[in-house]
Amino acid sequence: MDFLRPASWEEALAAKAEYPTAVPIAGGTDVMVEINFDHRRPEYLLDLNRIPELREWEVGEETVQLGASVPYTQIMDHLRAELPGLALAAHTVGSPQIRNRGSVGGNLGAASPAGDSHPALLSAGAEVEAESVRGTRLIPVEEFYTGVKRNALEPDELIRSVHIKKADGPQQFSKVGTRNAMVIAVCAFGIALHPATRTVKTGIGSAAPTPLRARAAEDFLNAALEEGGFWESGKIITPSVAKQFAELASGACNPIDDVRGTAKYRRHAVGIMARRTLGWTWEQYRGTGRTLEGAA
Amino acid sequence: MGVTGTPTSINQGSKTKGGIGESTLRPDGTLKVTGEFAYSSDMWHEDMLWGHTLRSTTAHAEIRSIDTSEALAMPGVYAVLTYDDLPTEVKNYGLEIQDTPVLAHGKVRHHGEPVAIVAADHPETARRAAAKIKIDYVELPVITDEASATAPDALLVHENRDDHHIGHVPHPNIVHRQPIIRGNADDAARRADVIVRGEYVFGMQDQAFLGPESGLAVPGEDGGVDLYVATQWLHSDLRQIAPVLGLPGEKVRMTLSGVGGAFGGREDLSMQIHACLLALRTGKPVKMVYNRFESFFGHVHRHPAKLWYEHGATRDGKLTHLKCRIVLDGGAYASASPAVVGNASSLSVGPYVVEDVDIEALALYTNNPPCGAMRGFGAVQACFAYEAQMDKLAAKLDMDPVEFRRINAMEQGTLLPTGQPCDSPAPVAELLRRVKAMPLPPEQQWLAAGEQADVRALPGGLSNTTHGEGVVRGVGYAVGIKNVGFSEGFDDYSTARVRMEVINGEPVATVHTAMAEVGQGGVTVHAQIARTELGVAQVTIRPADTQVGSAGSTSASRQTYVTGGAVKNTCENVREKVLETGRAKFGSYHPAWTTAELLLEDGKVVTDGGEVLADLADVLEGEAVDLELEWRHRPTEAFDPRTGQGNGHVQYSFAAHRAVVEVDTELGLVKVIELACAQDVGKALNPLSVAGQIQGGTTQGLGVAVMEEIIVDPKTAKVRNPSFTDYLIPTILDTPTIPVDVLELADDHAPYGLRGVGEAPTLSSTPAVLAAIRDATGLELNRTPVRPEHLTGT
Repeated sequence: MDFLRPASWEEALAAKAEYPTAVPIAGGTDVMVEINFDHRRPEYLLDLNRIPELREWEVGEETVQLGASVPYTQIMDHLRAELPGLALAAHTVGSPQIRNRGSVGGNLGAASPAGDSHPALLSAGAEVEAESVRGTRLIPVEEFYTGVKRNALEPDELIRSVHIKKADGPQQFSKVGTRNAMVIAVCAFGIALHPATRTVKTGIGSAAPTPLRARAAEDFLNAALEEGGFWESGKIITPSVAKQFAELASGACNPIDDVRGTAKYRRHAVGIMARRTLGWTWEQYRGTGRTLEGAA
Repeated sequence: MGVTGTPTSINQGSKTKGGIGESTLRPDGTLKVTGEFAYSSDMWHEDMLWGHTLRSTTAHAEIRSIDTSEALAMPGVYAVLTYDDLPTEVKNYGLEIQDTPVLAHGKVRHHGEPVAIVAADHPETARRAAAKIKIDYVELPVITDEASATAPDALLVHENRDDHHIGHVPHPNIVHRQPIIRGNADDAARRADVIVRGEYVFGMQDQAFLGPESGLAVPGEDGGVDLYVATQWLHSDLRQIAPVLGLPGEKVRMTLSGVGGAFGGREDLSMQIHACLLALRTGKPVKMVYNRFESFFGHVHRHPAKLWYEHGATRDGKLTHLKCRIVLDGGAYASASPAVVGNASSLSVGPYVVEDVDIEALALYTNNPPCGAMRGFGAVQACFAYEAQMDKLAAKLDMDPVEFRRINAMEQGTLLPTGQPCDSPAPVAELLRRVKAMPLPPEQQWLAAGEQADVRALPGGLSNTTHGEGVVRGVGYAVGIKNVGFSEGFDDYSTARVRMEVINGEPVATVHTAMAEVGQGGVTVHAQIARTELGVAQVTIRPADTQVGSAGSTSASRQTYVTGGAVKNTCENVREKVLETGRAKFGSYHPAWTTAELLLEDGKVVTDGGEVLADLADVLEGEAVDLELEWRHRPTEAFDPRTGQGNGHVQYSFAAHRAVVEVDTELGLVKVIELACAQDVGKALNPLSVAGQIQGGTTQGLGVAVMEEIIVDPKTAKVRNPSFTDYLIPTILDTPTIPVDVLELADDHAPYGLRGVGEAPTLSSTPAVLAAIRDATGLELNRTPVRPEHLTGT
């Protein structure tokens, strides 16, 4: 195995063009596990740790441009206001040691359906900035996940950053694991209210071959909120609407039975999380939210 | 920590600082916390090779052929060994039944069985070479449960059994069966006003010690080998290793290296013989270290069990009878299964008075992972079932569950179902009373911090699944009984060598035993005993090795009792020798030398009245007193193979728990808020270590209540979750407050009146948590661990 150590982003792109099978590594939280367990024997590892701009972020007017290697700890510490859903998700990643090294770029590169940041990215709205020697393109995150542990990157492309919409309303993230910390998701749910556009967006993790949005649930809820004048009145969401939203979120899942949980449980739990997180975000939108977010 | 009761049999004062009863600090504590402690996996030797084990990828198959040629041809590879390379006629090992092949021969019987071993100059080379070994398997049907093990056409996991259990088992796929019949359960059942039946399932728990199996074998110039290894019982290893190597015992010199936890999982051999074989073959030191994945295949697990229980009780709450059947899955090799069966059957009734019993416990041979010793050892599975039964009976009689237990609690003098009287304190009712009397933790603690819900105090924790929605509190109680020490007639002895001398004017004691310090704190306690008995400040504990006699196993809650007892006994004999020397030298100067009771205190010979007779430095001068003595606890008897009658146990240990849980009833997630424990320890030699054992055992019991389980595919008998990603153990956020109330009611038969501590809290913790979850949810919950699916009906 050759270890490529580009000193700059340009060198990294050139290396990836020259060695398209090279596996990028930053924190190594996924890649090293795969190598240690002998699940994967890449010919080349492409070390991105010498490229400082990957660990930087920029808060713009509408979006946060989050460098691919920004560790979760930084998101929790510095971007809680702009990216509340992602900050909550970041807090559930592994242990403090892993949060110090792991990054959203790694989560996207691995494209595991259980990656914790996906539901937050899907609900907030995000585009993945993929770059190669051929140029740069922005891939909407919904189109980025193409299968179990597969993504839309071309062999010569690297993830430069993720452009994530700044929160224009309350966001929540919730994840079921069978332990109270340091646990991989059995399933997860993200939700973001976008009062500016009067829409609600969602993200489901670990309950289908890829992370996905619960589109039917979103469409139903957006219509119900609009028709009922909820955005203007800020009145409590009718329980039947919340229930229907939860059922549709549940129905969006296409899970499997595995050692972490049954398919039936995953569908059930996504429904519960959808109902609860809708309640939390809506309470906050109404300005009465005692529980802005889970504190820890 | 409350402490009551006074031991009645201390014959040497403990005025010397750092003696028994004090919470002296453990010497390894700071090193372990700061990461500087040298574990067995940290060893290194110049010019050493790395060993690697090739394991079966299937659970049950014939081996047609093994081709090692490609592996051997790899540069850097020094040896590749299979069954055919074993040097002597002894090719199997085992704790009791020698049924485990050192390397598979003609057949593999479980997933992950060692088939070949490789030595190479780099661990990666060894691993790659192992991957080049070609094995031609022919798959066989797998035996995975009682039905498939005892079916008319079942394959035999072991053909041609000749062990001493084969004569009394109903089927060759049953390792051992122990019935216990006392009174007449059928007649007694007619007196019952209520009868309660249950079928219970206990999942396969792993010891999950953090330091994986590892060691270093160094070939000696005399043709022998020095083995540095993390284990639980050096001499038991030695007895199994030497014959396979074809070496006399004294040429296999074993030294204990840093042990990162054990919990029963190091009673069986893992890499010991393999590393020695490779070292002797290559003439080079060989190190072997399992990674976490391999560790799941490198040691036995706790027996999963199915338990059928029937209890009856009269309207006023007196138990009438017990009928029960306990089927333990021993997996492919016997390991400690026979002894686990003995424990499960003899302790199946729990700490209750039941005169009429019809009990059967057995262990199966299957193609599942081998199971053997783990903290609690057969008593854990039974406690899970009988405590669920107690709650069901109390509910049916509309009685308080603690009151129902109190009515039926055993006490000193109670006859156990084996006919053995309990001849030391058994404060079962008192322990329950104490945990019940503790104040309950406040409700809704997640709101304590203010405006925001503190998710750390809620089910789901950091995963942010609830801010209070769906959360219901439940409270549950359980109590258990565990035997201490090896039972059923086993010659359970320990050896201690103690040397006393004067160095630089200071009296110094040196204690040498083969006791495996696996984290339990034995080395701390040995130093305390030596200080108390010999009145010295300085005690040196020598590394454990096989240059001194056996200390028995660090298991069965026995080490403080038995090796502690051996250290005490040798110290007493050393003290007598010292006093004899003193009498010879100074006896004529002071009559108290012959008339008074003499003690050693603070480096002096003193009378029991406190008068100083001499400095130890003057008594000993250049001489040293050095003794090595064996010490045994009272003998036990085998259980009758048909009736189970017999004085099989030497001592019992009792603990009670109250669990307070909060359950997210919609998501099926559990947060254990508090696990209060009361335990009788006879005498706390080191109160801090006692509390640590109780809290650790409690947490391990919590683990198997709500998360810990090795999942074996019932179709293939392959392990599905051999990693810490999917085999979950409690984090600190899952570990509740554990208030500990320690009683000290002396057992007059035991050294200092002490009672083994380590296992009892593991028993009652699990059923207490389950009872609390049942209380919160109203669900029956007959299996452990409880998963969210069970709580949500999904």
